[in-house]
Amino acid sequence: MRIIKGQEIVEDQWVHVEDEQPLPEGDVIISLARWQAEKDTLIGRNQGGLGVRVSPDYHAEDIADDLEHFDVVALDFPVFRDGRAYSTARLLRDRYNYEGEIRATGDVLRDQLFYMFRCGFDAFEVRADRSIDDAIKAFSEMTVTYQPATDEPLPLWRRRA
Amino acid sequence: MYQYDSFDRQLVSERVEQFRDQVARRLRGELSEEEFLPLRLQNGIYLQLHAYMIRVAIPYGVLSSKQMRRLAYIARTYDKGYGHFTTRQNIQYNWPKLEDLPDILESLADVEMHAIQTSGNCIRNISADQLAGVAADEVTDPRPYSEILRQWSTFHPEFAHLPRKFKFALTGSEDDRAAIAFHDIGYRVVVNDKGEEGFQIFVGGGMGRTPMIAKEITPFIHRKHLLSYTESMLRVYNGYGRRDNKYKARIKILIHEMGIEEYRQRVEEDFARAKDGAMTLDDAEIDRMKAFFAPPAYEDLPATDANVDTLVAENKRFGQWLDRNVEDHKQQGYSIVALSLKTKGVAPGDVTADQMDEIARLADEYSLGIMRTTHKQNIVFPDVRKKDLPALWDELKRIALAEPNIETITDLICCPGLDYCALANARSIPVALELTEKLDDIDYLHDLGDLRLNISGCINACGHHHAGNIGILGVDKKGEEFYQITLGGSSKSDASVGKIVGPAFSADEIVPAVENVLETYTENREEEESFLDCYRRIGMAPFKERLYANN
Repeated sequence: MRIIKGQEIVEDQWVHVEDEQPLPEGDVIISLARWQAEKDTLIGRNQGGLGVRVSPDYHAEDIADDLEHFDVVALDFPVFRDGRAYSTARLLRDRYNYEGEIRATGDVLRDQLFYMFRCGFDAFEVRADRSIDDAIKAFSEMTVTYQPATDEPLPLWRRRA
Repeated sequence: MYQYDSFDRQLVSERVEQFRDQVARRLRGELSEEEFLPLRLQNGIYLQLHAYMIRVAIPYGVLSSKQMRRLAYIARTYDKGYGHFTTRQNIQYNWPKLEDLPDILESLADVEMHAIQTSGNCIRNISADQLAGVAADEVTDPRPYSEILRQWSTFHPEFAHLPRKFKFALTGSEDDRAAIAFHDIGYRVVVNDKGEEGFQIFVGGGMGRTPMIAKEITPFIHRKHLLSYTESMLRVYNGYGRRDNKYKARIKILIHEMGIEEYRQRVEEDFARAKDGAMTLDDAEIDRMKAFFAPPAYEDLPATDANVDTLVAENKRFGQWLDRNVEDHKQQGYSIVALSLKTKGVAPGDVTADQMDEIARLADEYSLGIMRTTHKQNIVFPDVRKKDLPALWDELKRIALAEPNIETITDLICCPGLDYCALANARSIPVALELTEKLDDIDYLHDLGDLRLNISGCINACGHHHAGNIGILGVDKKGEEFYQITLGGSSKSDASVGKIVGPAFSADEIVPAVENVLETYTENREEEESFLDCYRRIGMAPFKERLYANN
């Protein structure tokens, strides 16, 4: 599957694994519930990277203590209108200093990508029925930002001169 | 007023191009209506009963004559020759074509205007006291802070998909003219005993089907923390506001269910970790913003004018206009003049393109080229020389904007209702028109005094009926339009929510019912007692008895 990463389209090496499936070798993304249930064995796993898929019912503080174990945090958008994950991403970056990948999954559409990027998302699984080549244009549409966010430490008023 | 620099201009024009592309994708079928919906909404575009509608932002109600001329041009070129001033100090056009909308936005961008975030589940256009900067009772001008908040909230990436829409209002006076108690967040600029500027902040007010008066979250937060504290307030709402039910998604419901204490604690926790960061406002930025709103070079004028005094003595109607439509200015020799958009036969808030051009000309001639829109759907000239009042009055009469009815019962707030709106249960404009037709005796209006009557065509309460001393709410009863009456609402500093008086009235009965309410008031009032004071003293019972006497 192709995803957007670092504002480029790349072939994704991560595999989403459902809860009932055995873990394959390589880089896997599992549910937060599975992580919580199998944490002790998963910490010792050395066959690839580990990512966790988080529904917006969970907030940044719910996973903050475990962040050191995650190479990827995949924040899910059950519907694009559900904006909770924007705050979660910002807090993961700005407050909990998480430096791994933050990936947007679910109802991920072109017109939300720029805001996601500004909040600290750096990987995007664009919805399968949409053109990823079209979606990547979203990053160049707007170049002026008033407020600081994860991508820009300073508000515009400190940059106007 | 605020002037765009190259950054502001670039942002708005990039937005126009982005939207032009989104419209093209919609017209090509690459975007479904469902996907287009949040995009058009964040550009102020609704799909109404008969056509698209575009709502243009007038930030905190400040408008130049140049901008007003452009609004006239848009009304003439892309609409049916008129526009509608709204209860959020904005203007909306009811008949644009989808394919024209990018051109409309481009035309607006030329005069530093836009329709950004005038709809959608984001932070909406910010409203403020229409008399900011000129009111005699003002402590601090809220406009510089309104502009600071406007810029911070514009395309805020974290808060573009809130549970529901979010409205700010600011005032800098004791006398609340911005209805801050009925907003998601209401700010009052205050000065503490150390002489420092800051904000008293209220949260969780609103109208709609569950009207609530906002609660105080802090009595004082230093002005440098305005943005960080606001961001924490929004973050808690974004994370915890309800998303399972659209009607329970506003912050007022979160505050109601969580309790103001718990909400405050969560905000304070977030704020404790965010404060003193990059968003901390420094004096330089605040001073830069204040400079845009510095008082103009007023002339040194006498407090009174002999010609005005003569005309008052000779012409009763002029005296009535002065009494209702003209207010004291903080600067000696100047007045604040309200242009009434509530005249017989015209939907409240509607203005024709020709009137807009004339208003722009008059603003240039009599008000330093600046005007304000009000949440009560009128226009204000903030800086009129007292000696010009007779001439301005003549001009305004000529274009039918001199009705001496400000803050009287016919200065009513009214939503578009079922004539335009897809949500409405009943028409509201015809009720407003019938009322202004019936109550056209100026002497009687002046005898009734301050009396706010507000009409909403459905429970969403866009016509602010909850905040009317008399409120009228359109309801649907088995396919027929009916109207409930509420009494006792107020959006001022003594804010209260009106109470339903009893069973609804039919379209034929509603205006006579209002007349009964008025008679009950005039029979029961003591001396100079206002309608609201009288109601608060005598209660609902006398009104109820009169209204339902025959049943």
